[in-house]
Amino acid sequence: MSTELKLVVDRIKCDGRGLCAELLPELIRLDDWGYPILAPGPIPEHLRALAQRAVEDCPVLAIALRRAERKQ
Amino acid sequence: MSDSLLWYTTRGAGAVTLILLSCVVVLGILSALRVRSANWPRFLSTGLHRNLALMTLVFLSLHIVTAVVDPFTHLGWAAALIPFSSYYRTLWLGLGVISFELLLAIVITSLVRGFLGHRAWRAIHWLTYAAWPVGALHGLGTGTDSWSAWMLAITGACIAGVAVAAVMRLTADSADQLASERATFRAAVDRREVR
Repeated sequence: MSTELKLVVDRIKCDGRGLCAELLPELIRLDDWGYPILAPGPIPEHLRALAQRAVEDCPVLAIALRRAERKQ
Repeated sequence: MSDSLLWYTTRGAGAVTLILLSCVVVLGILSALRVRSANWPRFLSTGLHRNLALMTLVFLSLHIVTAVVDPFTHLGWAAALIPFSSYYRTLWLGLGVISFELLLAIVITSLVRGFLGHRAWRAIHWLTYAAWPVGALHGLGTGTDSWSAWMLAITGACIAGVAVAAVMRLTADSADQLASERATFRAAVDRREVR
């Protein structure tokens, strides 16, 4: 089984540009001030490429992919 | 390949480079200004900015390589890589070399932005505001077609586009929705430290 990944946001770096929510609306929505709210849980396989793009396109490098803790 | 074909390619690729680079600069400013609409999502500015920047380098390489290998000019590779080393139009070609090398630094640091960190990347990215005018000046100064009507129209449109975008950026309020909240918070922190 492949490693499960999740998204994490650095709340200090993030300044609410909102690109991530445009690129990955399946997992990211924005609060009233334009800051991301992430869906809990690992990233489904079919959304990985989009998640990768959301990470790479963040103007302030505030979002990253991390290995998710797997439940045994 | 005939010599005149190389020469036409140099000129054409130079003009295309100016157009593409100007579009890239404008798109970069649009994304810094957080411009968006229902039909123009923010990732479109960013994605086009990146892809057109890579395209710019392709045409710029074509411009430089065809100029150097053209036997008529016999410029040599040193003239293309070392600023102001060319016997031919030393100043104008030197400006072109400087612009090219700045752009190369800007693109390479952008490709490794994740390793470099945001702050260092951004500092280098500001060099665009030097690379673009130096490159435009190179074109005006030494372009074979600079003063023909069509090239004047292209150069004029590029300068106007970038100038308008730059003024918009200079005069725009902070695009940060929480700018005033942040300022208030920092002021409060400062007051507490003073006491």
